[in-house]
Amino acid sequence: MNILVCISNVPDTTTRIKYSADMKAVDYSGVQWIINPWDELALTRAIELKEANPALVQKITVITAGGADAEPTLRKALACGADDAIRVDAAGGDSLFTATQLAHAVKGEPFDVILCGIESSDYNGSAVGGMLAELLDYNSVSAVSSLNLEGNSVKVTREIDGGKQSIETAAPVVLIVQKGIAINPRIPSMRGIMTARTKSLKVVAAAAASPGSKVVGYQAPPQKSACKMIDPENMDELVHLLHTEARVI
Amino acid sequence: MNFEFSEEQLMIQQAARDYAQRELIKDVIERDTHAIYPTEHVKALSELGFMGMLVDPKYDGGGMDTVSYVLAMEEISKVDSSVSVIMSVNNSLVCYGIEKFGTEEQKEKFLKPLARGEKIGAFLLSEPEAGSDATSQRTTAEDKGDYYLLNGTKNWITNGNTAGTYLVIAQTHPEKGHKGINVLIVDRHSPGISVGPHEDKMGMRSSDTHSVMFNDVKVPKENRIGEDGFGFKFAMKTLEGGRIGIAAQALGIASGAFERAVKYSKERKAFGTEIANHQSVAFKLADMAVKIENARNLCLKAAWLKDQGKPYGYASAMAKYYAAEIAMEVTTEAVQIHGGYGYVKEYHVERLMREAKLTQIYEGTSEIQQIVISRQVLSEF
Repeated sequence: MNILVCISNVPDTTTRIKYSADMKAVDYSGVQWIINPWDELALTRAIELKEANPALVQKITVITAGGADAEPTLRKALACGADDAIRVDAAGGDSLFTATQLAHAVKGEPFDVILCGIESSDYNGSAVGGMLAELLDYNSVSAVSSLNLEGNSVKVTREIDGGKQSIETAAPVVLIVQKGIAINPRIPSMRGIMTARTKSLKVVAAAAASPGSKVVGYQAPPQKSACKMIDPENMDELVHLLHTEARVI
Repeated sequence: MNFEFSEEQLMIQQAARDYAQRELIKDVIERDTHAIYPTEHVKALSELGFMGMLVDPKYDGGGMDTVSYVLAMEEISKVDSSVSVIMSVNNSLVCYGIEKFGTEEQKEKFLKPLARGEKIGAFLLSEPEAGSDATSQRTTAEDKGDYYLLNGTKNWITNGNTAGTYLVIAQTHPEKGHKGINVLIVDRHSPGISVGPHEDKMGMRSSDTHSVMFNDVKVPKENRIGEDGFGFKFAMKTLEGGRIGIAAQALGIASGAFERAVKYSKERKAFGTEIANHQSVAFKLADMAVKIENARNLCLKAAWLKDQGKPYGYASAMAKYYAAEIAMEVTTEAVQIHGGYGYVKEYHVERLMREAKLTQIYEGTSEIQQIVISRQVLSEF
C-alpha cells in the first residue's frame, strides 16, 4: 500500500499575522513556516503504520502545492520519515486551485490512501480534501480520528455527535483527518535529518487552473477588551455584568 | 561572512525546541524538586540521536556539526539543564574523547553504544583535592603488565551512577607529574567500583552527580587511550570542546529566562500599564538581549572554528566564561522582573537562576577560563 500525505505549508501557529497597508494581502515577511499541524499528525500516523507493518505500507509520499520556499517544509516531512516528496510548482490560490493542482500531480499514480488534514491553520478552508476526492473520483471519509489498515481494507473511526462511528472502506480513498489520528507529532531524528538529504523531492509543473474565488480584502480581529476585575464578595455585580455587558447569561 | 544557518541546522534546532517545549517542560519542576533522574527523556533523546549527535555516522552517531550542537544545547537548556548536561558530557567529553583519540577497536566496542545512547558516559577528572588543578591527580593507575590497577576517589561526577562507561583520568608515573597521567576506559560495573550517594545540589538537581571510589579495579591495558602519559593532554584537549557544550548550556539558561521575562513583562500590569512599558523593565530587557546575543555569537564562533578544524581553545574559553557570567546576570534580572512570582517554582526563573550558578563552576570555573584567556592574550600582544 502507498500512502500520500498532503502537506500545507503554514506560518508557525505562534506567528502574529500582519497585513499589507491596504489590507489586501497578508504580509509574510519574517514568518517561520511549519507543516500544518493536522497534516503533521496525518504524517505521523502514516509513519506509525509503516513502522508497525512495513510489508503492508511500502511507501509514504508527501505532496504540497507551493513555491520553492515550501521545500524546507517538505524536507522536514522527509526527515520525519516520509520516503519521497512532490512539490507542485503552484503558489497561492484558493482551495479549488490547490485541490486541482494536487489532483493533477496525483492522478494515475498508485496511491491507495490519501491523507489530508481537516483544515489548514492559516486559512481554515476545510475544503481541499473533499475537493481532491471529487476530482480524483475516490471515496472519501471526513473527520477521521483513527486509522488502521488490514490488507486492502481501510478501517477508520469518525467523531460524530454524541459518539464515534466506525467505518470500513477500500482503497483508493481520501481520508480527511483530525486530532486524535496521532497523539504527538513526530520529531525528526538526527538520522532522519541526515537521510532526508538523499531522498527524492520531485517538482511537477503546475496545471492550468484558475481559482474559483477572489480575495477582496482582510480585516484584523477587534482588539481584545480589557479584563474587568470584580470583587469576589460582589457576586451580584458579576451576574449583572455577565447579563447586561457580556450577554452570556 | 555568513550569519545564516543551513536548513539542516534549523531543523535540528526546531527538533530540540519541539522536544524541550512539548516534553521536557511537563515534569521539569517535579524532577528538580525531588531530584529525579530523567530516565525517559534520556531514552527519548537517545532515540532521536541527540546523545551522540556529533559522532561520525560510521560509529552510529548523528554526524552533525558543532554549530548544530550549540543550537540543540541552547534549546534543551532553555527548559532543563539537568538533561542538557547529560547530553553535553556524553557528546563533547566522552564520545568526542574516544572518537578523536581512541583506537578503532575502542571505537567499535565503546563508542558505538555511547553514540546510540544505549550507554551513557561519564568523565572522571575532578577529585576531592583536585578540581581546577587537574595536574594533582591522586587517583592511581598502577601498571601491572597487562592491566592497570586503579585506586582512588573521583568527585562531582555527572552521570556517576547511571553511566555505563567511565573515562577515568589517573596517575601512573607520579615522578613525571602531569606527564605521567593516563586516561582509561572503564566499565562502570567492574569489580571494586563503588558509587557514593547522590549529591543534593542547589541546581541541576535531577542530573546524577556522585563521587566514585576505585578499590583495586583491574582495567585491561587495551583500554588506555593514546600513548602512556597522554592522559593530561587528553583531558585538556577534550575539555576545550566540552566548554562549547557548557557555554551553549549557559546561553540556553539565559535565553530561556529572557523569553519568560519578556512574556511576563508584556502580561503583568502595574501602575495601569504592562510592566514592559516601564523604562526600568524595558532597559533591563535591552541589556539582557545584548548579553545573550553576544554569548550566542561567541558560542557559534567557537563551534564554527571547531567545525573548520581550526584552533578553538581560546574561543571556547571566552564563550564559556562570558556565557556563564551573563547567564547568572540575566537569570537574576529575570527573577527581578517577575518580582515575587520569580521567587516561586511555578514560574521557572528561580530554577534557571540556580542552574546558571553551576555553569560558572563546572568544566573549568570562570577563573580558570580567565587564566586560559589571559595567557593567550599575554602571549600574543
